Amino acid sequence: MSDNLLNLQGVHTHIGQYHILHGVDLAIPRGQLTMLLGRNGAGKTTTLRTIMGLWQASQGSITFDGRDITKLPTPDIAQAGIAYVPENMAIFADLTVRENLILAARNGDLDPARLKWIFGLFPALEKFWSLAAGVLSGGQKQMLAIARAIVEPRDLLLIDEPTKGLAPAIIMNMVQAFKELKSTGATILLVEQNFLAAKLLGDHVAVMDDGRVVHRGAMAELAEDAALQQKLLGLSMDAHQ
Amino acid sequence: MSTATETSATVTLPKVRIDYLPVLLVPILMLLALPLVGSFSTWVTLTVAALAMGMMIFLMASGLTLVFGLMDVLNFGHGVFISFGAYVSLIALGPLAGWVESTNLWLNVGALLACILVAMLVTGALGYAFERVVIRPVYGQHLKQILITMGGMIVAEQMIHVIWGASPIPLRLPEGLRGAIVIGDAAMEKYRVIAVVLGLLVFGAMHLVLNRTKIGLLIRAGVENPEMVEALGYKIRRLFVGVFIVGSALAGLGGVLWAFYRQTLTAGMGMEVNVLIFIVIIIGGLGSVGGCFIGAILVALVANYTGFLAPKLALGSSILLMVVILLWRPQGLYPVAKR
Amino acid sequence: MLHSILSGDYPRSRPLAIVLALVLVCLAFAPFLFPGSQPLNVAAKICVFVILVASYDLLLGYTGIVSFAHTMFYGIGGYGVAIAMYNFSPTWPALGIGIVVALVLAILLALLIGLFSLRVRAIFFAMITLAVASAFAILASQLNEITGGEDGRSYRIPEMLRPAFRLFDEPVLGVMINGRILTYYLIFLSALILFLLALRMVNSPFGRVLQAIRENDFRAEALGYRVVVYRSIANCLSAGMATLAGVLMALWLRYTGPDTTLSFAIMIDILLMVVIGGMGTLYGAVLGATIFILAQNYLQVLMGKFSGMLEGAGIPLLPNLFHADRWLLWLGILFVLSVYFFPVGIVGKLRQMRK
Repeated sequence: MSDNLLNLQGVHTHIGQYHILHGVDLAIPRGQLTMLLGRNGAGKTTTLRTIMGLWQASQGSITFDGRDITKLPTPDIAQAGIAYVPENMAIFADLTVRENLILAARNGDLDPARLKWIFGLFPALEKFWSLAAGVLSGGQKQMLAIARAIVEPRDLLLIDEPTKGLAPAIIMNMVQAFKELKSTGATILLVEQNFLAAKLLGDHVAVMDDGRVVHRGAMAELAEDAALQQKLLGLSMDAHQ
Repeated sequence: MSTATETSATVTLPKVRIDYLPVLLVPILMLLALPLVGSFSTWVTLTVAALAMGMMIFLMASGLTLVFGLMDVLNFGHGVFISFGAYVSLIALGPLAGWVESTNLWLNVGALLACILVAMLVTGALGYAFERVVIRPVYGQHLKQILITMGGMIVAEQMIHVIWGASPIPLRLPEGLRGAIVIGDAAMEKYRVIAVVLGLLVFGAMHLVLNRTKIGLLIRAGVENPEMVEALGYKIRRLFVGVFIVGSALAGLGGVLWAFYRQTLTAGMGMEVNVLIFIVIIIGGLGSVGGCFIGAILVALVANYTGFLAPKLALGSSILLMVVILLWRPQGLYPVAKR
Repeated sequence: MLHSILSGDYPRSRPLAIVLALVLVCLAFAPFLFPGSQPLNVAAKICVFVILVASYDLLLGYTGIVSFAHTMFYGIGGYGVAIAMYNFSPTWPALGIGIVVALVLAILLALLIGLFSLRVRAIFFAMITLAVASAFAILASQLNEITGGEDGRSYRIPEMLRPAFRLFDEPVLGVMINGRILTYYLIFLSALILFLLALRMVNSPFGRVLQAIRENDFRAEALGYRVVVYRSIANCLSAGMATLAGVLMALWLRYTGPDTTLSFAIMIDILLMVVIGGMGTLYGAVLGATIFILAQNYLQVLMGKFSGMLEGAGIPLLPNLFHADRWLLWLGILFVLSVYFFPVGIVGKLRQMRK
């Protein structure tokens, strides 16, 4: 078995009549945090959704832990050990925080020790434990969405733009939480627009453009090379710095 | 987990908005009707009749609203299960004729329960077949769904004619369930009281299942966002088939109660109430079981009061109620949070 | 010439063109080809239903919305004539006023329903129209003084259209041209003109926008078309045309009642005709209506005979399946199968044959 937990090879995805992914090659190393960067519309979200089976890849292969998951239905992919935090968080607004987390636990039991650890990361969740998730603030919803993904240990976390639209203080809270998560040895694929957060967190980086991965390497390398940043990410990144 | 539920007292919790307004509509409507009806005993009779009718409509409609919420499938052929449930109870009534005419109340109730059991089993199985054959091939295609389910209903209604004949069949209530209970001046028909009790029991059971079990959580979550439920590792298809079967069985139960209430069986009875059911689930908010419950009671109350006060308006009153409620809340009483 | 009459929308299939021409010739010369009151009755019904079904197809096939209120508009047309003829006088001016009032009422109602529910979702519109139509049917049967209630109204129509009226003293081609035949030709010509107008409409820029909306309403909206406005206009046009179909039927039957105009059974008939004929092609309306009405009138007889034979052979249950009253069962099955396997209906199948 390679040391890559997830491998995408030449993945194409069509949504209706639109061709979104044009052959994505991506490898996610085990136990590390890979950042997926790129402009709006580059295909980052589609890549995550294709991995989860929410869109079907029309071509190419996706292997997870040595197993071909390209054609598997979404629930089977999730059960194989992948947790997904979508861009819109998709928390269940009518359900309480507790019920949201219970759903994420496969057999319906929450492990008290793990829960305590999660409350350590996101104290707000403990406070609002029995409230409908719909009344939480945007940041708290994001915390709940991430908590839902880690309420039981999963082999791989796919997280789509967790800092989008959040206040700087909350972003730092998030970054802290991800650092903590990394230290537990979790494998994470994180889509991010916020380059600052990306710099702080990423071990590896992949940059997408126009439905393809155009750059792969160490995050530290990209962080130091302003010219490369300019070339790969264009002006859009300046706004975030 | 007990440690987790303790929250520090110092933090201010955000306000939870529990929306009681629609629930309040029910007593308000009842109270408003009292002076209009004039006599208290008549009012009691009307109200009990309305509650019985409301419960039956709720039973018939609840499955439809859940199926719609969960899978975005609107089954225009839902009335099939109502009609079939009602006709199938004839199967149970045949051998149990002695129980029906018996003076022993327990045997009478037993006969009713046997009808219900047979009807629910058959309509549940029918629901499974309907989902497989009629609905599965047209997922996500609304236009075809409407046409296909309508076509399925035409065929099923004709099959009832083929199996049981085309003329209406009279249905007699078991001996002990006929007549009325008189308290003071107010007369309440026994059967209506039974319908109310049964309806409340089913609503209570549904409430418990939806709020206290994992399956219920999954259904509620699935109504909001089926995709995310799948991404958490659950097979929503299986959940949906289950809900469809239960919804069909409940429609069958409602059909039995409705048929005994009308004391005749006609193949078109399902289609006739279908209209009322649509109004109820629109009023309640598509996908909401609680809204469906309140909606059913409101529709029945309005229909019964206007039936007494202005008989000509009775049947149009539900439409009027729907228009008023949609002007107030365009998505229905309890809109379901959608992605 | 032909191009402009058909608005450039040809049958695009030789067998289809032949069948259509055959239907047209049969209908045009029905009184001479098929003497007797029963065949003429069938021919008149076909003419009316071609219009009714074509107008429904404007909604279902060309705009992609499902309405269950079509019989309501059909009924409004019927009652417009009935009330004008019965309560006022069986004269042409009264008829004219009846038609205009019915049209205005129908279009206003269509507009109201559309504004109320077309903005939300197709499925919502379907439910609301179902509810409104059933309420209207109940209303019509309750308002005894105006509509005649469950019994409906029988009435006299302008003198020229009555059976006793003779246009010529001598028979033409062996057929006495009486008011009945004049009424038939009034219906036939009105139906022909309305059909060609509908054809023009769907082939106009307006019709193309409707089809763009049906294919992808988000994109049409993004291109700057107000989807609600287009759908509402289509809904109103369709309602107006259905009203006129109701007017023609009322003139033919000289009777209007809930069962002949407002019943849900007719709504189901219309659905069957549209789908079997072919959604989104007006020619489908012609074929659907013709086949369905012929089946309604002649298939029953065949099935009755077949059922009698089975009964004679002593087979259980099967005679019931083929009982003359069960013809709807078989059309229902045909309907379900068509939605699955030939969503383009008979017209679509004929057109594919060419390729």
